[in-house]
Amino acid sequence: MKNKQIIKTTSWSAGPGCHGGCGVLAHIEDGRFVKIEGDPDHPWNQGRLCARALAMTQYVYHEDRLTRPLKRVGKRGEAHFEEITWEEAFDTIEARMNEIKAESGPESMIFSMGTGRDIGPWICMLAYAFGSPNVMFALSGNACYSPRIAALDTIQGDFCVFDAGQWLEGRYDHPEYQVPECMIIWGYNISATCPDNLFGHWIIDLMKKGTKIICVDPRLSFFASRSKHWLQIRPGTDAALAMGMLYVIINEGLYDHDFLETYTDAPRLVRKDTGQLLRHSDVDPVGNPENFVVIDRQTEKTAIWDTGDQEFFPAATIPALSGNFNIELLDGSCVECITAWDAFLESVAPYTPEAVEKITMIPAREMALAARLYASSKPAAIHWGVPIDMTPEITPLCHAIAALWALTGNLDVPGGNVFTRPAFNAVAYALPGAEGVIKLKNQDQDKPRIGREEYGPFDHFIWRCQTDKVLDQIFSEDPYPVKGLWMQTCNPLSGIGLDPELWQKALEKLDFIVGVDLFMTPSLRYADIILPAATFLEKEGVRSWWVPLQSINETCRVDQCRSDLEINFELARRFDPDLKWETIHGLFDDIVRPSGMSFKELQARGWALPPENHPSRPYRRHEKGLLRQDGKPGFATPSGKFELYSTLRENWGLPALPYHKEPPFTPVSRPDLAKDYPLILSTGRRSPAFFHSEHRNIPWLRQLDPDPVVEIHPETAARHGIGSGEWVVVENWMGHARFKAKVTKIVPPWMVMAAHGWWFPEKKDDPLFDTFSSNINVLIPMNEQGDDGLGAPIKHLMCRIRKETQKGEQ
Amino acid sequence: MSVLSNQGLLIDYEYCTGCFACQIACAQEYGWEAGMSGIDVMEIVQDLPKGKAYLSFLPFPTELCSLCSRRTKKGKKPACVHHCMANVITHGRVEELAHRLADKPRMVLWSPK
Ligand code: SF4
Ligand code: SF4
Ligand code: SF4
Repeated sequence: MKNKQIIKTTSWSAGPGCHGGCGVLAHIEDGRFVKIEGDPDHPWNQGRLCARALAMTQYVYHEDRLTRPLKRVGKRGEAHFEEITWEEAFDTIEARMNEIKAESGPESMIFSMGTGRDIGPWICMLAYAFGSPNVMFALSGNACYSPRIAALDTIQGDFCVFDAGQWLEGRYDHPEYQVPECMIIWGYNISATCPDNLFGHWIIDLMKKGTKIICVDPRLSFFASRSKHWLQIRPGTDAALAMGMLYVIINEGLYDHDFLETYTDAPRLVRKDTGQLLRHSDVDPVGNPENFVVIDRQTEKTAIWDTGDQEFFPAATIPALSGNFNIELLDGSCVECITAWDAFLESVAPYTPEAVEKITMIPAREMALAARLYASSKPAAIHWGVPIDMTPEITPLCHAIAALWALTGNLDVPGGNVFTRPAFNAVAYALPGAEGVIKLKNQDQDKPRIGREEYGPFDHFIWRCQTDKVLDQIFSEDPYPVKGLWMQTCNPLSGIGLDPELWQKALEKLDFIVGVDLFMTPSLRYADIILPAATFLEKEGVRSWWVPLQSINETCRVDQCRSDLEINFELARRFDPDLKWETIHGLFDDIVRPSGMSFKELQARGWALPPENHPSRPYRRHEKGLLRQDGKPGFATPSGKFELYSTLRENWGLPALPYHKEPPFTPVSRPDLAKDYPLILSTGRRSPAFFHSEHRNIPWLRQLDPDPVVEIHPETAARHGIGSGEWVVVENWMGHARFKAKVTKIVPPWMVMAAHGWWFPEKKDDPLFDTFSSNINVLIPMNEQGDDGLGAPIKHLMCRIRKETQKGEQ
Repeated sequence: MSVLSNQGLLIDYEYCTGCFACQIACAQEYGWEAGMSGIDVMEIVQDLPKGKAYLSFLPFPTELCSLCSRRTKKGKKPACVHHCMANVITHGRVEELAHRLADKPRMVLWSPK
C-alpha cells in the first residue's frame, strides 16, 4: 500500500518561475511528488493553474537537475566539474570569499539574482552578513518592476495595482467591491499569465463581468482583439500617449476637481526664473525649505503649506489653483511664480491629439475616444506591463500614467488602482517603500553600493546596485575592484544580460564565482562552485507580495538539493556569528510577526488577508490617514500630496514634470541608422511555455514553443523573400542572431518581435549551450539607462532581417 | 446511444487566452509524452477588411480525449476544466450544454469520441 498524501502549498519562482501566489495541491506518494493541481479553495487562483506549474513533475525529477554540489576542475567556461560534499563546498566558499574580503573589502563581492524570485531577502541576508551592500538584479537599468515602484513612490508615496478584489473575503462578491467599467491594458499580454504579483487571468474574470478594454500594444494581442479601443502604439512613445490622454481629459473637464484640490500639490508655487519650487525659505529667513508657498484665494497673500504638520498657515487658507503671482524674495527682488497645476498644464499643452498622433502613430480620434471612455468610466483601472520599465525615460512616463488614475479619481477606490503594500506589512527585506526585518548592519555598510550616490532613486527606494555601473566597474575597477560574484538563479549570458558577450568577458575577469541553480546553464559554466537549489515544492517560505500572506510548505525532497534559504542561512551564519536568527523558523516568525501569527500558525491557516482598516488593505487610505507615518490624511510623499510636480525629482536635479523624450534608437531619433536598419526591433514578448530563459529543457513545455521565433508581418516577409518557418538572421550594429520566422499579422509591417531568453540545454557538448546564436540581447546595448539610472531600450531597438542562406550561417 | 446523451465540452473561445494550461493539465493527468494531449490549443489569426485582423485561440479535443471519465466518476472535474486559466471549458451532458449555446455567442460544443 502506497502512502498517499496531498499537501497544500503556494507556488513561487523555482518551478513555474513566476512571482507566485497560486494555492496548489501537491500529490505525494511514498515521499515522491507525482502530481500537482490548483487548489479550488484558494482565493488567488480558485483551482486554476498555468502550464508551467502543471509541468512540475517533469521539472522536479528531470534527469539534468543539479543534485550535488560541484567544483570546477577545468578552465573557466570549459564545463568540467566534479561532485563535492556540501561541507567542502561551504568551506571553499567561506575561505575564498574571506580572502576577497581581506584583499579588497567585502563590497568587491556582488550578489546577483534572477527576476521575481523568492530569494531577494535571502540573498540580501547573505550579502549583508558578509558585509557587502552590492545586491544586483542583472538587467540593464534595473528595468523590471522596481523602476515602476520607485517612480510611483516618488510621485504618490506608494505603489498601486489594479483591484480585482484580491484583498477582500469572497473577492468579486464582497459588498465593497466594484467591477471596473473600463480597464486600460498598457503593454501586457495575458497568455503567459502572471505579472507583478497579480494573477493575469483576473482580468478575464473582470471582462466576463463587463469590464471594457482599452489596449495599448503594438502587437495584435488577445486584449487588442477584444478591446473597445486598440491603441497600436509605436514602441517607446508611451509617455506621449499618456500626456495626450491627459490633454483630452483636462481640456474636456473630465477630471475629478475635488481630488485635485484636496489631494494634489496643485496650488504650490513654482518659480518662473528657475523652474523650481518656491520654498518657504525663499521668502522667510527662518522658513523651512521643506515647506511650500501657496496663494490664498481670498486674501491673495502668500500662505505656507507646512509639510510637517500637513496644514496651511494660516489654517483658514483656501489656496489658488491657478494664476500668475509676483512674489517678493528675501533679497527684496520679485520673482514671477505660477501654481504647480499651471506648470503641469503647460507641460501637457503641447500634446494635442494631432501632435500625439505624429509621435505615437495612434490616430488622434481613437486616442481621444479612449481617453474619454477611461475618464467617464467609474471606476476604471490601468494595468501596465514591464514595457513601461523598458524605456530610459521610465519615471516621466510613470508620472504621466499616475496622473491619469489620480486625476480621474481612481486612486484607492474599489475597482480602481489601489495602493498595495506587503500583506500585514510583513516584509522580509528592504523593498521600495518597505523596510523589512533583514537589514544592513549599519548605514556605513551601504556607502560603497554601486550607483547609490549617482542616482537619486537608488538612495531612496531601490536598495540594489545599478547594474550598468556594476558591469562598467568590473572592467574599470574604479572606484574599487569587483572580484567575486554570487550568482543565484540568474543567467546573464542567456536571459537577463543585455550585450551578453560583454557579460561573458566580465565573468571571465572575475576571481571567484559561485552559482546556485537548479539546472546547468550557460552562465553557470563560468562558476567555480555550483550549489544545487530546490524548487518551491521542496522548501518552506513566506509570501507577502502583495496579498494574501501565505506560507510555502515543503512537500518533498530531491537528492541533496537544498533551498536557497538553507544555503544562504548556513553561509550567513558562518560570515556573521552574530546573525540575528538561530533557526530558519525564527527568521520566518520575525517576518510574519506583524500578522500576529507565528510561521507555524500561518502554515496551519495557509493564507490570511489583512483585516479592515489595516494600512495594507484598501480603500481610500489617503482619506483615512492610513498611508503616512504621522497618521494624517494624504500620501507618503515629501509634500503629503499626490505630486503633479515632483519634489524628489527636483531634489535630484531632474525634470520634475512629466514629458516624452524620444528613446535613443528609433527611426525618429536616429534617421541615420534607419537607412541600414529600417525595422523596429522589439523583444521580450511572453511565451506561456517559458519564464524568461527557463524551461527550454522541460519536454511538455518546449514542445509548445520549440524554436526561437521572430514575428514578421506578411508584407515585410514577402519583401524579404521570407516564408513562415524559414530561418532568418536579425541584425544591427551590435551583432546578429538567428530566428525562425513566424509570418503573422500579429505584428505591424514596420516592426519585428523577437523572442528572448534562448539557449539550447540539449546542446550539452557546446560549452555555452549555443547561447549566443539565437540570443536577441546580442543586439541590445547596455548603458542606455535614463537620467535616474532606471530603464533600458529593450522594446524599441532597430534592425534589419534577411533569409539565412545556409544552415547556421550568420 | 445518441450523441445527445453523451458527455461533451462547451468552450467559450471568446475568452480563451491560448495559455496551454488545458493541454498540459491533460498531459500530466494521463502521462502523455510531449506532443500528445487530449486537447490541442490552436492560434487562429483571421483576416478582416482593411488590412485588419482578429486573434483567437481554440482548444480542440483530440483523438486522445477520454473526457476524463476516471475523474468525473469520482465527482471531479476533467483536468482541463479544473485548470483552465480563463474558466472557459464546461463539461456536461451534450444536451444540456447545447442549450447553453444560446446564452452567448462565440462558443463551440465538442463531443469527442
Ligand atoms: S505563473 Fe501564475 S498561474 Fe502559474 S504558478 Fe505562478 S501565479 Fe500560479
Ligand atoms: S477532458 Fe480530460 S482527457 Fe479530455 S482533454 Fe480534458 S483533461 Fe484531457
Ligand atoms: S486553459 Fe483555458 S484559456 Fe488556456 S488555452 Fe486552454 S482553454 Fe484556453
